[in-house]
Amino acid sequence: MSKVGIIAYGTSPFTKEDHKIESMLHKSTNDLFQKNFNINKKEIDAVLVSTNNNSKYLSPILSEMVGIQPKIAHSIESLCNSGTNSIVSAFSYISSGLADMVLVSGAERYDSPGQILEWDNSRGEFKHPIFWASIFSKSYKQKYGISDEQLAIVSVKNYKQAKENPNALSKKTYTVEDIMNSKKLTDDLRLLNCSRPCTGSASIILASEEIAKKYTDIPIWITGIGQKTTSAGFTKNTTLSSMESTKLAGEAALKMANCNISEIDVAEVHDAFAVCEPMALESLGFINPGEGINMIKKLHETNNFMINPRGGLIGSGHPLGATGISQTIEIVQQLQKTAENRQTNNPKMGLIHNMSAAATSSTVLVLEK
Amino acid sequence: MSFEDELSKGQFCIPECMACKKVVWPPSEFCDNCNEKTLLKKGEFEGKIIEFSKQNEDYFCMVDFFNSIRLIAKMTSSPKKDQIVKISKCGMSDGNYFFHII
Repeated sequence: MSKVGIIAYGTSPFTKEDHKIESMLHKSTNDLFQKNFNINKKEIDAVLVSTNNNSKYLSPILSEMVGIQPKIAHSIESLCNSGTNSIVSAFSYISSGLADMVLVSGAERYDSPGQILEWDNSRGEFKHPIFWASIFSKSYKQKYGISDEQLAIVSVKNYKQAKENPNALSKKTYTVEDIMNSKKLTDDLRLLNCSRPCTGSASIILASEEIAKKYTDIPIWITGIGQKTTSAGFTKNTTLSSMESTKLAGEAALKMANCNISEIDVAEVHDAFAVCEPMALESLGFINPGEGINMIKKLHETNNFMINPRGGLIGSGHPLGATGISQTIEIVQQLQKTAENRQTNNPKMGLIHNMSAAATSSTVLVLEK
Repeated sequence: MSFEDELSKGQFCIPECMACKKVVWPPSEFCDNCNEKTLLKKGEFEGKIIEFSKQNEDYFCMVDFFNSIRLIAKMTSSPKKDQIVKISKCGMSDGNYFFHII
């Protein structure tokens, strides 16, 4: 299989502002081309748009707005992991030889229809994600004897890290007490335990080895990809305190990259809700089951940004179609050592974990210099 | 009658494959195992509470029936894990299912 690298990226700030989806896609794509004026748009073979927005024909629209006439142009939707699924599709186009250079642009509005999976009637009248997150939180806390105060550390850490991310939705830091005193949504979930839907966009360009080396001296290679969908409905999850799809996708990605989880220096994990971070770390194999919170506490106390350096979904905000791409950009910046105040110590290998609908589907990417 | 037709009338049915007898969930006209048609079984089915939490005065519980069907139902009294329950009320509202248990 031929190598595929990431050669350029652009992003918009994540906000609560009301912008058209087309305008948001244009913002991050324009940012990308402004930062990479040497890229010849005529060489872009495919334009993939990642979004849950209901607007139609977005890839041809974006292509026209930025002056590209691609061979391949279409949208990709898979709720919250639309972004990394789009990157996997771009990778496949390039590694199969159907394309040499692919623009992937993801965007979402604060009022995305992707926030609630209407199809999942097994959830009864409890379709909003706060209900599955409450069930996960209750189950995880009970199984491992974790308190609400301990779980609050996830939000404290990620808000702190987001403060160093100029594009993050949140600009504030919070204490454990702040988290515990934030609005009670259910007995097992407070407002500051949750990521927030927002308006945002992120774009990257992937290229074949030959094209990548023409455009940059520091391409970041996608060396591992793992994907797994176990179901669509939340109630089909076999366990409520770990993520089966994440475990399987992580194993596949590490196998493809021919590495162990201990070799991963920096990672973005899908903390849609606070409990998701320790569950993801444990399911990916970073730490033993039940010990995720200890790991997170230690990272926080030592100001180590290894996990979710951009502030995670909790701190950065969660514009669904852009999230996986934004996570990927963060790992690219980390590996290129351009992450400024968020920079971790000389990372060589990074991982992205992006999931959908209560971990019923997960995508894991491994990136290397 | 479909599962949703029955549910709209307040009747919770179990969809079961006519050929391989597998309980099919979420409800479907066809079996996800052997692709044959399903039939709806009527009755007063007992389920077990797997997990629960609470919003305001109401509990929302994940309930398992026959190790095959799991759904989230509302309960007004305090639940316990592994508690055996029955559906006391169910139906459809604005296209969404709802289930209450006792």
